[in-house]
Amino acid sequence: MPKSRKAPSPQLATGSVALLIGTRKGAFILRSDRSHRTWKLSAPMFLGHTVHHLMLDPRDRRTMLMATRTGHLGPTVFRSTDFGKTWKEAKTPPAFPKAPEGQNGRVVDHVFWLTPGHPSESGLWYAGTSPQGLFRSNDGGITWQPFSYINDDPQYREWMGTVQDGTPDGPKLHSILIDPRDPAHLYFAMSGGGVHESVDGGRTWTSIVRGLEVVEGFDAATVTFHDPHCVRLCPTDPDRLFQQNHCGIYRMDRSEGRWIRIGKNMPKKVGDIGFPMVLHPRDSDTAWVFPMDGSTVWPRVSPGGKPAAYVTRDGGKTWTRQDKGFPRANAWWTVKRQAMTADAHEPVGLYLGTTSGEVWASRTGGTSWTCLARHLPEIYSVEAAEL
Amino acid sequence: MTVYIPSALRSYTKQRSEVVAEGQTLAEVLSTLDHRYPGLRFRIITEQGTIRQHIRIFVKEEQVRDLSVALQPEDQIHIICALSGG
Repeated sequence: MPKSRKAPSPQLATGSVALLIGTRKGAFILRSDRSHRTWKLSAPMFLGHTVHHLMLDPRDRRTMLMATRTGHLGPTVFRSTDFGKTWKEAKTPPAFPKAPEGQNGRVVDHVFWLTPGHPSESGLWYAGTSPQGLFRSNDGGITWQPFSYINDDPQYREWMGTVQDGTPDGPKLHSILIDPRDPAHLYFAMSGGGVHESVDGGRTWTSIVRGLEVVEGFDAATVTFHDPHCVRLCPTDPDRLFQQNHCGIYRMDRSEGRWIRIGKNMPKKVGDIGFPMVLHPRDSDTAWVFPMDGSTVWPRVSPGGKPAAYVTRDGGKTWTRQDKGFPRANAWWTVKRQAMTADAHEPVGLYLGTTSGEVWASRTGGTSWTCLARHLPEIYSVEAAEL
Repeated sequence: MTVYIPSALRSYTKQRSEVVAEGQTLAEVLSTLDHRYPGLRFRIITEQGTIRQHIRIFVKEEQVRDLSVALQPEDQIHIICALSGG
């Protein structure tokens, strides 16, 4: 862990917001006016393409990367330098090395996660793939190379398991996090395969799974069995992490070196299973989750058909239900791990997309919600870009 | 030889449904195509040199799975998007 230093002060945003929406059938941009009361939906981009993630580069607020494939065609990354008006494909998309003759090499099925690099590293991006692979681009997403040793390391390959040992549409490397104080301090997570940290720019990695629980009957000491769904790092306190896991909601203060299951403080009938984890941009005690039913056969829909976000304002000691504006019943929503996010305004704007194609927003930190769009394809990801 | 391009790949071929490419083997033809239409090959051939799961390639109306198959100048190559809709 790097020496504790003060994190850069996050900037308070005051302008309009664009929601970058990746869906199973293309990408969309939903733009607000300055008051965030009126929103305008774009025409679909890359209609019919499976768009797992669409990200704006916050370093220039112009460059966007899109992780995509189609039902037939292999995975790739498209790049726009004019905020989505025109796109060019990466010259060398993320791909595993060709295996020596007679050996089975891995094949990238889809690029799942995109993370812009540290503010001091212009043009640097990271990508996580399914099956689990970590890649980096030094030229703004034009060419991609395997990053670090983990893609081919025997220990990491064991922890990654096979393509059957993960989420239904393939195991994934995700939650690539960069310490705002230090570009060499990195994290990533794998479903499955645990959470990992590097303090030397990816030369070495250490697993950080102490305190995490695993599915009943498995050994928590084995990294393979850990399934973090989404890990986030507090912008104002980078030594604090929050995590929505297959087995609960957790917080880790790095000085303690141990995950604490703060989800045990959630209402029992709601539980603490879900996919997204959303953090306040300026308050390291405040975080949101969107619980899913994790009982019996893991339905992964809003418990009881009653959608709600839950917020903690004290680091997970207590949670408050936030469902004003959502349907009161018979709403069996699923919200994926990349499909809920926050903006940098005051009060914080929250946004989520459902697999049934609806986008919902709160201009008030979750105290009330309104529907911004309906009838979109299955939503995979929602990112808030400050304009 | 003539290569027939499915609609999903015509963004690479300037919307041409058939193109002419040279090569002694299917692998060479695909390399030629990729040189002319950058990025096309990786969308249908994996990094391990195998034809992707939902792509089929036919030479003289026979399905081929091995990129080293020898070709004749008069051969016709069809790249097909196999059923994977929805």
